[in-house]
Amino acid sequence: MNWAINALTRSLNVFHLGGSACNNCDIEILDALTPRYDLERFGITLVGSIRHADVLLMSGIFNKKSAIRAQEILEQAVKPYVVVAIGGCPCTGLMFRDSYNWDRPVGEYIHIDAFIPGCPPKPEAIISGIVTVIEGLRSGALVPGCLQAPTPAEIELIPEVSGVGSID
Amino acid sequence: MGIDNIITEIREGLGDSLLSLKQKSDKRVYIDIPPQAVRETSRVMLETMGARFQIATGVDTRKGIEVMYHWALDRDGLIVTIRTMVSHEKPELDSIALFCVAAEWIEREMWELLGIHFRDHPDMRHLLLSDDWPEGKYPLRHDYQRSDEVAP
Amino acid sequence: MSKRTIVPIGPYHALQEEPEFFKLHVEGETVVHLDIELGYNHRGIEKLSESKDFEETIFLVERICGICSTSHPLACVQAVEDAGNIHVPERALFIRSAVGELERIHSHLLWLGLAGHFIGFNTIWMWAWRFREEVLNILELISGNRNHYGMMKPGGVRRDINKTDIPAVRGLLDKLQDPLKLFRDTVIEDPLIGARTRGVGILTSEMAVAYGALGPTARASGVAIDARRDHPNAAYEMLDFDVVTCENGDVFDKTVVRILEMFESIRIIEQCLTKLETVKGPVDSDPKCVAPGEGVGVYEAPRGEVFHYIRSDGSNRPVRHKVRAPSFMNVPTNRETVLGGTVADATIILAAVDPCYCCTERMAVAIDSHGGEELWGARDLIRLSCEKTDRLMKETGWRGPQPPENLFDNR
Repeated sequence: MNWAINALTRSLNVFHLGGSACNNCDIEILDALTPRYDLERFGITLVGSIRHADVLLMSGIFNKKSAIRAQEILEQAVKPYVVVAIGGCPCTGLMFRDSYNWDRPVGEYIHIDAFIPGCPPKPEAIISGIVTVIEGLRSGALVPGCLQAPTPAEIELIPEVSGVGSID
Repeated sequence: MGIDNIITEIREGLGDSLLSLKQKSDKRVYIDIPPQAVRETSRVMLETMGARFQIATGVDTRKGIEVMYHWALDRDGLIVTIRTMVSHEKPELDSIALFCVAAEWIEREMWELLGIHFRDHPDMRHLLLSDDWPEGKYPLRHDYQRSDEVAP
Repeated sequence: MSKRTIVPIGPYHALQEEPEFFKLHVEGETVVHLDIELGYNHRGIEKLSESKDFEETIFLVERICGICSTSHPLACVQAVEDAGNIHVPERALFIRSAVGELERIHSHLLWLGLAGHFIGFNTIWMWAWRFREEVLNILELISGNRNHYGMMKPGGVRRDINKTDIPAVRGLLDKLQDPLKLFRDTVIEDPLIGARTRGVGILTSEMAVAYGALGPTARASGVAIDARRDHPNAAYEMLDFDVVTCENGDVFDKTVVRILEMFESIRIIEQCLTKLETVKGPVDSDPKCVAPGEGVGVYEAPRGEVFHYIRSDGSNRPVRHKVRAPSFMNVPTNRETVLGGTVADATIILAAVDPCYCCTERMAVAIDSHGGEELWGARDLIRLSCEKTDRLMKETGWRGPQPPENLFDNR
């Protein structure tokens, strides 16, 4: 098993990227860190910079304005990282797909590794989702999208830098 | 102050600008004014009646673009909506933001979503939509088509 | 002339849950101007509403904001009922008020926790959210969900409160008394919280009136407006409660107003429960259509007055649906409150109006204005805020509030 993935799953640094969300999922994510659920005892913490992140939690539909900023931020993510879509919004767009400010499904500009649907998903569902991701990573069933071959859309986003490769 | 007294005071303050008044209930009053009377009417509501500016609503209708200014008289539990109509060809109104700071943002929003031009607004620029939103495309108008948009 | 630098906060900032962009113009350490740029949360809800029928609109409107997810549906159904002259049974009114006040308690506790986190007191964050969980338990018992309750519909409410659940709700109200007293006493007496919040971010009552400020933001400045009392809706005409105001309009007063309002909310819920034990009848008048007309619904959300306008033409869809959240009027007041303050205080001042950008709409960095060189990054600003608290702790020797010994017993 890839030692880096193994190390990653032991203590997850989570970065939350909310794009045009109603905030409910964001509050439920913060709730998971507070005393009732207390994910910090498993080493899961929120970090303030995407460069420190092992897991990116995305919530919201990412409208036209925030999608551009989100893509700029996502380019700074350091491999390996796992992208998890929290809530119904990044999964399907829910009822906002018909809006004039809808941009496009989040999955089109970044590979989403796990979906936790719900509106909002309860903290129990979020924990269950994260546990599934961790077990998938350890068993090798889940290979993070950032380590797979990039899609043509992603190739356009990769900056022209030599030496960008896998971690193996 | 009873609602009848309030209505009398409003009638006196607005004078000829008041085209029609409808009292829907003892808490809701709807008044029509011509577009050129917007500034003067707003001053009457703000300064003479001591009303609080709640918000303004723009509606695209067949006859033109309707703009409603909603004023709250908190002491009396009354909401007075003052309505005017501008044409699609020349959707212009005087801005009230210079003396009513509370109206600054909503006039920006009504410009970008409905295309109403507010004369003498101190800071007219996009509020909600991105700065590169195509000009002349107003989402809240009924003739707005999503496929018209330029892809980002 | 001293150099003026620009400090942008956002759009993605570790302090904020939502993306929004504040540009602070700074000379030395003092803030001289603020630019606010919105649009990162705008989802076009008013336009979407026109393509939904009235029941679907309530579902849509609930998702304007996760924290005020009762306030928007309540104002919306009231606008529909005003437009169509729809009657609401008395029992439904009491349920509406009870759920609304439970939401007020959970929202204020949420804010209190976040405010503590911004100042650098993570303990307050953990305590406030710990007790907030109890409120969410009761909301789940009553409505089936911790957030996005789905309780409101034109003509009444979707679910009744069972007689067997009322003792559990009463139990919650009893459980909350001690923690709320602790928060109240801590905020009023703790010298560090006082040093960080008293005299900081003052909004005068003249400014509050000029900007049309609402809710605790206005009441902290002495402007006594409250849609529960001024524009009676739901069951508030039949209930007894006080409107809490303070005088100075600083961050301290905004905090005190919110804490004291929670005590009033407990009083209101208790009265609603007593009434629900005796008032019988349906909870839904089941209207079949909305008559043509227009209506306005207002409701006092935790952040201030929410305004919805509905125009109906007799069909099953609104012709026009206007949504105005309280933060739309409160956020511009930041332009006045951050002036003259320091960069370290800017973060708590901006948070003190309890902004909800998702409601408002359907990002701070310091840049050298001459050279374009970045002086302070977003994370530095939180660090500045927490460093100020650490400095004050060292100067005063005060370690922060300690909980009473029995606070967490039997929970």
